[in-house]
Amino acid sequence: MFDFLDSPQYNLLGAFWLTVQLTVFSGIGALVWGTILAGMRVSPVPVMRAFGTAYVNVVRNTPLTLIIVFTSLGLYNSLGITLGGGGDIESINFRLAVLGLAAYTATFVCEALRSGINTVGLGQAEAARALGLGFFQVLWSIVLPQAFRSVVAPLASVLIALTKNTTVAAAIGVAEAALLMKEMIENESDAILLVFAVFAFGFIVLTLPTGLVLGWLSKRVAVKR
Amino acid sequence: MSSVLYDTPGPRAKVRNALYTVGFLVVLGAALYWVLRTLGDAGELEADKWSPFFTDSRVWTTFLLPGLVNTLKAAALAMAIALPLGAVLGIARLSDHAWVRGVAGAIVEFFRAIPVLLLMVFANEAYAMWTNVDSGVRPLYAVVTGLVLYNASVLAEVVRAGILSLPRGQTDAAQAIGMRKWQVMTFVLLPQAVTAMLPAIVSQLVVIVKDTALGGAVLGFSELLRQGDLITVNYSNPIAAYLFVGLLFIVLNFALTGGAGWLERRIRQGGRSSGKALTTEQLEELENVGPEPVTGRGGETGRT
Amino acid sequence: MRFRKTGAAVAAALALAVSATACGSDSGSDDTITIGIKFDQPGLGLKTPDGAYEGFDVDVATYVAKELGYEAGDIEWKQSPSPERENLLSRGDVDMIAATYSITDERKEKVSFAGPYLIAHQDLLIRSDETAITDASDLNDKNLCSVGGSTSAQNVKNELAPDAELQEFDTYSKCLDGLSKGTVDALTTDDAILAGYAAQDNYEGQFKLAGLSLSDENYGIGLKKGDTEMQEKVNAALEKMIEDGSWKEAVDKHFGPAGYDPGEAPEITEKS
Repeated sequence: MFDFLDSPQYNLLGAFWLTVQLTVFSGIGALVWGTILAGMRVSPVPVMRAFGTAYVNVVRNTPLTLIIVFTSLGLYNSLGITLGGGGDIESINFRLAVLGLAAYTATFVCEALRSGINTVGLGQAEAARALGLGFFQVLWSIVLPQAFRSVVAPLASVLIALTKNTTVAAAIGVAEAALLMKEMIENESDAILLVFAVFAFGFIVLTLPTGLVLGWLSKRVAVKR
Repeated sequence: MSSVLYDTPGPRAKVRNALYTVGFLVVLGAALYWVLRTLGDAGELEADKWSPFFTDSRVWTTFLLPGLVNTLKAAALAMAIALPLGAVLGIARLSDHAWVRGVAGAIVEFFRAIPVLLLMVFANEAYAMWTNVDSGVRPLYAVVTGLVLYNASVLAEVVRAGILSLPRGQTDAAQAIGMRKWQVMTFVLLPQAVTAMLPAIVSQLVVIVKDTALGGAVLGFSELLRQGDLITVNYSNPIAAYLFVGLLFIVLNFALTGGAGWLERRIRQGGRSSGKALTTEQLEELENVGPEPVTGRGGETGRT
Repeated sequence: MRFRKTGAAVAAALALAVSATACGSDSGSDDTITIGIKFDQPGLGLKTPDGAYEGFDVDVATYVAKELGYEAGDIEWKQSPSPERENLLSRGDVDMIAATYSITDERKEKVSFAGPYLIAHQDLLIRSDETAITDASDLNDKNLCSVGGSTSAQNVKNELAPDAELQEFDTYSKCLDGLSKGTVDALTTDDAILAGYAAQDNYEGQFKLAGLSLSDENYGIGLKKGDTEMQEKVNAALEKMIEDGSWKEAVDKHFGPAGYDPGEAPEITEKS
């Protein structure tokens, strides 16, 4: 009954490995871009604040599927963006999917960070300013380190949501887990429950430890007040 | 607007900020110019790719509006089923009976850990195999099923957190006047928790609207995004079509958020709740699959 | 508070009721015929901005329906995506299917066919100025586009050009956009389908068929399994359509602009 799982036709581990890679790369991208966005949203320059707000509101309300398809048809086909030179179409699609996922997830990182910034005591920033630190120094050395410690749990949820969202990359043909599941369900129609169970298990294996480890971490690093 | 993060700008800071503003606008403008320029070279800005949306009402009546209707239909059905189901699951997780808590907990944790896209694909195939749902509505059923299973689980956590956020005294007082368990829940806890849960529920509703688009891409459900594809078959204008589709989604979600904000203010004016509002961030925290309790007792919401 | 909640519940119930009634469709009445076609294949079956349907499959189906005693207005068109076709027939959701439906032994176990009414061949669609692709093996290291669940791209990759790069989308129109902008090099499926895309106004003169004839695809009209009476009637209608010149007329009308010639009308082979 389980024999088709070993069939060389289906690279189950490879597909999940691609899911993991998508998660890791877009996670890093989202963290960096989300932090920059959060910085913009609290910055003293009104234009940057406006840009940050507009970006977050627009991107957060757009379906991820649309964003991913747009990276392929808009960025790649029309604008010729391949993100780092040629390469075969599989790696181009992979990079485009990472870009789309990071651009989308960054809005959630930004909002989580902003609420984290709000939890940092007023006195912290005031003391820093009294020492003569400028905006960037206050943000980077004083506020953000504390903000990050208080938002580990929300960021963990964002990461878990991202892991699940990588399935949308199937829309532009990235051969991650969801695309393989669709293919297997079409070919092995007499074992669809089993196929579904295997993939469900795969995602639980990916998301559950993330939640546990980061949940533990969030308690370790939480700022005691 | 004043902030604790920076001083009120003096003369030098004002100049510096002005420079930042100009620099930022220049970069933004250059990027925009490059995008438009390249799009123009690719022929995407030609009038006949855009004019159908303004001059040809058939684009709206044949493609976009029916797509919008299907998106709304799927989202409304999913909301209408997921909200009560989520409430039941959430209350079940607070049950005094361990086995009820266990079963509800397992259901909630299972469906929260699985991508909604997998749920939809599986539901579509399961309906085709084991039921004789008409194929015309099967994608709708599959989309709604996937959305309900996932979002009911998330809403269950919202409801649980909302109820736990209420001061312990509410339950004590209700029990003191002799209310049964179900009376405490339906007359005291739930009505107050609704206020606290509203923002979290609304952001979940936005998620539902956005996720209907998954059904278009993988199941061929003819929602808004899928209908946008049909437009590109006729006019080969993917950039224009996706822009308009995206715009419709954004307007829809803004309307949803705005309407809910109004509703929340109305309810809040009543001032009958003792619960604090759960924020979006706290909801995101709920996405956490970890087993630790989401909230503490006694009005403490959110992170521990 | 109580009142407001009731209001919300009523609103939700109303929304539910409205959607439920909107879902209910009328089908199965005797004075109309339900025919499955494609909605997104120019030249064969396409839903136009008018909400009308046009293409070779549509014309064939309309002709057959007329011979069966149904006027054009009595036809109810139903979208029939490729993986759905057998299910639609076996459940009786449609009376017949004319949707680029190749007659194969595997399918004949589940449905019956009438026809064939057209013989298509698997082929490649390439840019008009493309000179590097003259044979399927030239696809090695090129980008080949296909839609998910389509066997034609897998055939090419497994047998003819193992080093071809596969780009999968959910619709052919996304492939076309890539082809016109140079991010994919070829699109493969049946030549009749490809010809329809090549002939679209928006892409006029941009694409051409490679003319490889990688396979024979006998397009037939799908019928419910074992319905021999219907099969005879449809076959008779198809023969009449070929004889009175309507078939040729439809071919010229829909495939002519693409310069695609499917050859002579095929012999009817699906008899009981």
